[in-house]
Amino acid sequence: MGEKFTPKQTLRVIEKDGLLREVMVMKSRNMRLSQACASYKDGRYELSYSFADDETMDYETLRVNVGLAERVPSIHNFYSCASFYENEMRELFGVKIELIEPDYRNKLYRIKAETPFLPEDAKAEQKKEEEEICLSDADADLDKAQKAEDRKQAEKEAALEKAAAEKKAKIDSEMAARKEAK
Amino acid sequence: MDERAKKRSVVPFGPQHPVLPEPIHLDLVLEDEKVVDVIPSIGFIHRGLEELVNRRDYNQYVYIAERTCGICSFGHGLGYVEAVEKLMNVEIPVRAKYLRTIWGELARIHSHMLWAGLMADAFGFENLFYQCWRLREKNLDLVEMTTGGRLIYSVNKVGGVLRDITPDMQKAILNNLSEIEVELKDIYRTFTTDYSILERTRGVGVLTKEQVHDLGACGPYARASGVNRDIRQLGYEAYGDLDFEPVISNDGDNFARCDVRLREVFQSIDLIRQAIAKMPAETDLAVPVKGNPDGEALVRIEQPRGEAVYYVEGNGTKFLNRFRLRTPTFANIPAMCETMKGCNYADIPLLVVTIDPCISCTER
Repeated sequence: MGEKFTPKQTLRVIEKDGLLREVMVMKSRNMRLSQACASYKDGRYELSYSFADDETMDYETLRVNVGLAERVPSIHNFYSCASFYENEMRELFGVKIELIEPDYRNKLYRIKAETPFLPEDAKAEQKKEEEEICLSDADADLDKAQKAEDRKQAEKEAALEKAAAEKKAKIDSEMAARKEAK
Repeated sequence: MDERAKKRSVVPFGPQHPVLPEPIHLDLVLEDEKVVDVIPSIGFIHRGLEELVNRRDYNQYVYIAERTCGICSFGHGLGYVEAVEKLMNVEIPVRAKYLRTIWGELARIHSHMLWAGLMADAFGFENLFYQCWRLREKNLDLVEMTTGGRLIYSVNKVGGVLRDITPDMQKAILNNLSEIEVELKDIYRTFTTDYSILERTRGVGVLTKEQVHDLGACGPYARASGVNRDIRQLGYEAYGDLDFEPVISNDGDNFARCDVRLREVFQSIDLIRQAIAKMPAETDLAVPVKGNPDGEALVRIEQPRGEAVYYVEGNGTKFLNRFRLRTPTFANIPAMCETMKGCNYADIPLLVVTIDPCISCTER
């Protein structure tokens, strides 16, 4: 009789910030990336990364819930085949995955429709959220620039004050020297 | 720019190509005749079948899942109903499990013989192509006799099966399989000893066991590199009652892939014989299913091309929220691109065919 297995199948919901750490743990346990997929649910994305243990036939799925415009890190550094799934998630659902390598730039699926698996209202919501992120980024940039300008001005004024003080000290010392000579 | 990069050229391969039964496009980056990079693209026959799950009730969707592909149709129907049955905690009759196993193995024989013919055609051995497809016809006759269809079986339903295999049919299956087995031995001998075939397949497109793991390859493609993994070992349907070991080879080249697939046909014949011998004489083929699916379930089955993953998510209504199908070809494309790097341009058609590409499944 062939070998029999009683595999475990588990699903864990994790935070986005912990994704790379958890994937690294899977890699260190010699798990194989079996599949990765996205799903749209209640105004958010559900990203599922499934890993298989070929020795015990166990199957573990990591679930990450992210907002429509939230950036998700690519896991291709740990599993090179992940980029294929990530390109698919981006092209069919519009998931914002960063730094995919290789990045097929929306050309893996040669289809006319853009993100066909994302409902129309969700597309509008995604655009809105992206604009908000862009605006908050722009505000942050503006604040940064203003602060840099203020700091520069303060440094300039301090330098001028320092130069004036040095000049005054020099004149005073010269005057004192002349007085002494007289 | 370095000198070598200046001499590079990009040659498009597909979506229309003599060796491709279905459309896939590859941009091959060449340095002289050597392939240095491959950029794949799919989507020429993308139908968005996964999205249809929101518009058809979960019982109707069985037939849509089957129509994902004409070659792996039975497997897709099986994977989908298994996932829904798991979600709804439905235990189907034992006889239905055996019937599904028999049809699953008939589908595997059909798929592998089709592939063997296409492989023979790809390296220009026309007569071998005819012989492989002639045997495939005999197998299709069995499918037609037991299901009424040749490619789309439509025998699965949530809760069991719709048709039975009568004792007369079982006898015909056993007789036909004996004939197929005898003729298959000749085909296997030709595939593994013919000089021209060995020239084109030995040592070409080698994929190591480590690469298989890193690139997530599956099925006979992975087993040809020495990976001892077959999802049927999970014991779904009646596989838990049958005696078998995964068919593996250690060379990892085109020859090993031919060898593994053809030996798997012998294995499938043996599994059908075992299933017919052990099948219980029940009359119930299905159990009534009440209510609507709620929650989520994921199942894996061994399709002829490898591990297929089926994920369903219900919301308590008759329409599912999400159906996800990860096909074996999709998982094998990254590995295929890797094996092409360093090969000659002339070997590309065979390297594409050796993953047994099923683009219709891949694009869904």
